[in-house]
Amino acid sequence: MAEGIVAVTEQRDGTFRKVSYEVASEGRRLADALGTTLTAVVMGSGVDPLAAEIQQYGPDRVLALDHPELADYRVEAYTEALAQALAGDPPALILIGATVQGKDLAARFAARRDAGLAMDCTAIELRDGAFVFTRPMFGGKILAEVTIPEAPRIAAVRPNVLRIERRPAQAAVAKPALALQGIPTAVVEKRMDTSGRIELTEADIIVSGGRGTGGNFAPLEELAAALGAAVGASRSAVDEGWRKHADQVGQTGKVVSPTLYVACGISGAIQHLAGMSSSKVIVAINKDPEAPIFAKADYGVVGDIFQILPKVTEAVKALKG
Amino acid sequence: MNIVVLVKQVPDTESLVQIAADGVSIRKDDVKWIMNPYDELAVEEALRIREAKGGGVTVVSCGGPKAQETLRTALAMGADKAVHIQDPAAEGADALGTARILAAALKAMPFDLILCGQRGVDEDNVQVGPAVAERLGIPHLSFVIKVELLDGRVRGHRVVEGGTVVVEAPLPALLTTQRGLNDPRYASLPGIMKAKKKPLEVKTLADLGVDPATVGAAGRKVVVRALKLPPARQAVRMIAGETPEAVAAELVRVLHEEAKLI
Repeated sequence: MAEGIVAVTEQRDGTFRKVSYEVASEGRRLADALGTTLTAVVMGSGVDPLAAEIQQYGPDRVLALDHPELADYRVEAYTEALAQALAGDPPALILIGATVQGKDLAARFAARRDAGLAMDCTAIELRDGAFVFTRPMFGGKILAEVTIPEAPRIAAVRPNVLRIERRPAQAAVAKPALALQGIPTAVVEKRMDTSGRIELTEADIIVSGGRGTGGNFAPLEELAAALGAAVGASRSAVDEGWRKHADQVGQTGKVVSPTLYVACGISGAIQHLAGMSSSKVIVAINKDPEAPIFAKADYGVVGDIFQILPKVTEAVKALKG
Repeated sequence: MNIVVLVKQVPDTESLVQIAADGVSIRKDDVKWIMNPYDELAVEEALRIREAKGGGVTVVSCGGPKAQETLRTALAMGADKAVHIQDPAAEGADALGTARILAAALKAMPFDLILCGQRGVDEDNVQVGPAVAERLGIPHLSFVIKVELLDGRVRGHRVVEGGTVVVEAPLPALLTTQRGLNDPRYASLPGIMKAKKKPLEVKTLADLGVDPATVGAAGRKVVVRALKLPPARQAVRMIAGETPEAVAAELVRVLHEEAKLI
């Protein structure tokens, strides 16, 4: 097998996304298991602080791809930079976080290198010296175990699934020269939500609402605030125009893996269940005792969300003091 | 403006998926098939652009004989013509193989803009669009919820975690579509009647000059070893009480003391 594990991190405006620590930690574990080295890749413009920070997660080497053309993510520039930095013998495995950016970059880079890509993995194991990647398909209705017989191998790992492990190290930082001319695309505007809302795919807890909310998400928002949770929605709630498309959980929306998923007034359509079934613990609150959601839940409450949720919020606040 | 839309037929998202006897594929009998919902957005957007700017819309799909239904659906929505790449040697292709086939088909037709869904809701690879663009050597913008055509350029509003980023690319370019872009129209009855007479060309790998060894099951870079159902959960534990306060207190207690989640 080819040598070395590469973990490609992701940052935005000088701050790592959480998945960066997840890929670095997983890379360290796999490198240890194989007795090989871990290289962490940091990309952007002015990334010295990030190249220092990622050493807390145990890389043997840091590859800092630092160039003004990498200030804002554009897939052509990032693919080209990664291709230049990882030219030559392919490593045993390239890890990348399966965020919007990571999926985009992994797909284009895999095509550039004609490399096998296991998209949105939830587990990576070594069996008889070979990587076995577990990846949900059909929005989570099916789990596929796949292998990539030949390097280069790329695994895009689902955010919020792999364990973060701090392992402070002193790693050499290499800054290769990059030639990035003629990138055809330009970022003309960025409109970011600065309200501090928690991104669904990164949230530890999600409070999600469906048709049973009747469009009133206020009690869900209040519970989410008390829990430090993100607010999600079923497809019907989005189709009704009650919530934004970005909030939709399900096979045709976001597939999420929080530790706690609280489904409020969600009956449990198959495509919704697919998108949240990898949550660690599922709580369902619904008026209808026959709702399919209860078959997928760990804890169920039959009742009116408008009576129960405010009391749950009070109890959570009391608990947290 | 020549617009090409890449479409795929997938199992209905409202249906359960069953594993076939071979353990590495899904059961294909007794499945309701639909156009990939993200590709519907792509077809709709192509039709709107044609309505505003003129030009033609060609839909392309790589798949077995049944995939023709999806092409006819796109024609019934209003696309002008269809290309169906149908070849037993293409079956079982992974995302890279599919992209290789589609890119070869695209090289033989004029295009200014290529649209496709951000992912197929079957294998969830999120890979074919960017891989086609890479093979064609053109820029791509993924996860777009708004498309603006300027003179010789396209602006895509891309949804990223926590916001939207507007990126501009020169044409020709490929865009992958995200929910929120539009509400796809239904095929009208006259549209369905007209679709039957619209040109639908069937092509083989040989027609496209694609080496069968590089695509299909033979050319897979990613090999499926096993398909499994997600682990079943334990039976639900119902929490009841005399009052909402009592129910809430018990729920919070079990989540705190037993599940240790809050």
